[in-house]
Amino acid sequence: MTFSIKVNGSDHTVDVDGDTPLLWVLRDVLGMTGTKFGCGMALCGACTVHVDGQPVRSCQTSIDSVGGSAVTTIESIGESATGKALQQAWIDLDVPQCGYCQSGQIMSAAALLATTPKPTDADIDAAMSGNVCRCGTYQRIRAAIHRAAV
Amino acid sequence: MQRKGTLSRVDRRNFLKLSGGLVVALTLPSSKWTAEAQASANFAPNGFIRIDNQGFVTMVMPMAEMGQGIHTAHSMLLAEELEVGLDKVRLELSPPDDALYGNPLLGSQTTGGSTSIRGFWTPLRQAGAIARTLLIEAAARQWNVDPKTCHALNGLVLDGTGSRQLAYGALVDAAAALPAPAAKDLTLKDPKDFRIIGTPQKRLDTPPKVNGTASFGIDVKVPGMKIAAISISPVLGGKPKSADEKAALAVKGVRQVVLTDQAVAVVADHMGAAKKGLEAAAIVWEDGANSTVNSVDIVRQLEEASKTPGSVARSEGDVEAALANASRRLDAVYQLPFLAHAAMEPMNCTVHVRKDACDIWVGTQVPTMAQRTAAQITGLPAQAVNIHNHIIGGGFGRRLEIDGIAHAVKVAQQVEGPVKVIWSREEDIQHDMYRPYYYDRLSAGLDRDGKPVAWTHRVSGSSVMARYFPPAFKNGVDPDGVEGAAEPPYAFPAIHVEFKQVEPPAVPTAWWRGVGPTHNVFVVESFIDELAAAAKADAVAYRKSLLGHNPRALGVLTTAAEKAGWGKAMPARQGMGVSVQFAFGTYMAMVAEVAVGNDGSLKIGRLVCAVDCGLQVNPDTIAAQIEGGSLFGLTAALHGAITLKDGRIEQSNFDTYIPLRIDEAPVVETHVIKSAAAPGGMGEAGTAVVFPAVTNAIFAATGKRIRTLPINTDLLKNS
Repeated sequence: MTFSIKVNGSDHTVDVDGDTPLLWVLRDVLGMTGTKFGCGMALCGACTVHVDGQPVRSCQTSIDSVGGSAVTTIESIGESATGKALQQAWIDLDVPQCGYCQSGQIMSAAALLATTPKPTDADIDAAMSGNVCRCGTYQRIRAAIHRAAV
Repeated sequence: MQRKGTLSRVDRRNFLKLSGGLVVALTLPSSKWTAEAQASANFAPNGFIRIDNQGFVTMVMPMAEMGQGIHTAHSMLLAEELEVGLDKVRLELSPPDDALYGNPLLGSQTTGGSTSIRGFWTPLRQAGAIARTLLIEAAARQWNVDPKTCHALNGLVLDGTGSRQLAYGALVDAAAALPAPAAKDLTLKDPKDFRIIGTPQKRLDTPPKVNGTASFGIDVKVPGMKIAAISISPVLGGKPKSADEKAALAVKGVRQVVLTDQAVAVVADHMGAAKKGLEAAAIVWEDGANSTVNSVDIVRQLEEASKTPGSVARSEGDVEAALANASRRLDAVYQLPFLAHAAMEPMNCTVHVRKDACDIWVGTQVPTMAQRTAAQITGLPAQAVNIHNHIIGGGFGRRLEIDGIAHAVKVAQQVEGPVKVIWSREEDIQHDMYRPYYYDRLSAGLDRDGKPVAWTHRVSGSSVMARYFPPAFKNGVDPDGVEGAAEPPYAFPAIHVEFKQVEPPAVPTAWWRGVGPTHNVFVVESFIDELAAAAKADAVAYRKSLLGHNPRALGVLTTAAEKAGWGKAMPARQGMGVSVQFAFGTYMAMVAEVAVGNDGSLKIGRLVCAVDCGLQVNPDTIAAQIEGGSLFGLTAALHGAITLKDGRIEQSNFDTYIPLRIDEAPVVETHVIKSAAAPGGMGEAGTAVVFPAVTNAIFAATGKRIRTLPINTDLLKNS
C-alpha cells in the first residue's frame, strides 16, 4: 500500500507494507542513508530521527504510524540553529571515531537541547544513554553538547 | 581528458580506476616495494600521491579507516614531507594491491595490530619527500638555478631569493617527467622542523560523519541493487535444509529466496521486506555435529588441558628450584571469556557477480584477502574482482575476517544484478568470530622480602595465529597468545612461559582489539598485584622496584600515579588500581578509581592514563584512542561474555551482549610523555591496559581479587 510521508520538508510517496520500519523506508526506498541501522530493536539509538520534533527510533517506528508528521533526519538537522551548533561542536572537538553512531547521537542531542537548553552532565547522561557508541566517544559527546549549548 | 606522465602498467590501472575528470597524476617510477620494504628502502610513491593542476593533492590511503584516525595520521606523514597543508588534501581509498599498498610490518595490505603508523612512518614520509624533491627540481630547472637554493612550503616552491615562486599545480607535468630520486638519497625532515606531525590536527573524516554524508559499506547505492537479509544456521556449522519460498515470496517487495551451503537469504526491494520474508521463510536447519556444544564443557576441556605442559615460549633461570626454595609460593588461575566484536555497523557486503567479473562494495581491513576469497568462490581471476573499499563503522578486528564477504558472494552468485547482504544485529553477534576463551595458570615464588624469585605462566586457549597466519605459529607457540606474557615489563630472576593450544569445538576464534595483550596484560598485571599484596607492599612501589631496568615503563607508571594522586586516602569501598604495559611499541600505565556499592555495583570514577608512544603523530588522536580504547576494554571487563548452549550462541543483541553506555562511562585523562623514540601503535593499547587497572582497584576497595572476567558483581556484595 502507498504512504505519503514528509521528510526534511519534502513529500514522498512510498509503496510498502504498513509495518515496514521507517528506517528502511528512509535508507532503502528514499536513499537517505545518513540514518543508520544498528540493532533493529531500539536498543542502540543509531537510527534516531525526529518525528514532529520528538526523537524516535526509526527501526521500531512503522511507516503506517508516521502519517502526516514531519520527519527530520541527520541530513537536514543542520538547518536548525541547534543542529548546526551541535555539528560544529562535534567537528571542533573531533567527537567521531568510526562515526557510525554519530547521526543518532546528534539527533538525540538535538532533541535534548530543544527541551533542555543548558543540560547538566546528568541531563546528558539520562538523555543520551539510549545511544550506544562502541568506539567510546562518550566524554567528547558530553563536552560537545555542553559546547553547543553555550 | 586525462594526461598521464610515465605511468607503468600497474599505475595506469590504478590511475584509470581511481581518478576522473582533469587529473594529472604525479607519477614516479614504480617498483615492487613490498619485497624491499622490510629495509624500508624502495617504494612506489605514485601509489600514494597525485597532484592535480590546481595543486590539490590526492593521497591514496593504504590502510582502512575504522575510527582510529589513520587516514588523517597518514595524510599528516605525507603532507609533512610534501610541504602542503592538510586543507589541500583529498583522500582516496586504495584498491587491493599488496605490492603497492602492503603494510611493511605485516607483509600484506592488512590493517591491524596497531601497525599502521609503525609500518608506514618511514615509507609515507619518503613518498612525500620524493614528490617534494621532484617539484623543487622541476622549478629549479624552469628558473635555471641550483635546486639546493630552492625550498618548498605550503604547496609552493620558492627560490633562494624569495622573489620567485611556483605552485605545485603548475609544476606537476614537468615533475612527472623527471627521474625520481632513490629513497636512500632522500633527506627526511628533522623532527624539530615538523610543522604538522606532532601537532593536534582536526580529523579529515569528521565533517561527513556529522551530517550523514559519510558512506560506510552499508550505505553504498548501486543502480539496480536489491537488499538481502541473511540467516546463518543457529547451531554453529549447521546447514539449511529447507525454506518456505512461497511464504517468503508472498511478502510484498520480496523477490527471491536463496539457499547457500550455510545460509538462507531473502532478496527484496528493501531490508524491511527482506527481514519479513526471512521470518516467513520458516527455515528448517540441519544442525550437524555441534548441537551439543556448550560453554561449560569448553571450559572443562581447557581446565583439563591446562594441567599438562604446553610449548615453551620462554624459559630463563631454574624456575622449579626457585619455586621450591621460595619462602612463599602463590598460585592462581585466570579465565577470560569468548567475546564478540559488536561493531556498530553490522556486517554487510554488496556484491555484483557477472560472468566475467565481480564487484564488491564493503568495508574491509583486508582488501586483498577479500579479493582472493571472491576469486576462489566465483572461479574468476583475482584481477576480475574489484574491491571498492569503504570506511568501516567499527572494526575491532572483525573486518580482518572475510566470512561476511564469502557469504555475500555466495548469495550474489544466485542473484541477477547487485545485491546488498545485511546481517541483523542478532546474526552479527551469533555468527561473529570470537576472541578466544583463555585459561591461564600462574605461579610465583617470593623471597623473604617479598621479591619475586620465580614466575611461571601457562596460557591455554585457541590459537588465532595458527589459523590466520600459520607461518608465525612455530613449535606450538602462538606469539600473539603469549604477547605480554612472555616479555612482561618486570625483571624476574627466573621466568617460564608456555602456550598450550586448545581449540574449542565449533567456535571460530579471531582477533579482537588489543589482541594478545588484552588477555595477557590483565593476567600479568593482576598477578603482579597479588604478589605486591602478598608482600604487603604498595602496588606502585612494588612495581617500581621491578622496573629499574625499564626507564620508559617506570616513566609512565610514575606519571600515572602522580596525576591520579596515588596513595591519597579513599573512603570505604573505594580504591585505586594500577596497571603497566609495553605493547604495540607503546608504554602505558593506567590508574583506575573505583567505588563498589554494598550491592556489589561498580562505579568507575576516572581512568588516568600516562602514555609514552615515542614521537607523536596526531596528539588529539592519541588521546581519542586512549579514551575510546579504554572504554572498549571496560565494556568487556564489566559486561562482555559470549556463551554457548546446545551449539548456539546465547547472546543476540545489545540487551544480552551489553555495551557500555554514556551513564556508565568514566572520564579518561590522558597524559603524554614527550619522547623522541620511534612512534608506537595507539589503536589498541588503551583497551589492553584498562582491565587490570579496574580489577586491581576493586581489590583495593574490597579485598576481593577478580580472576575471572567479566567481573561478577555478586562476589563484591558487602556481606
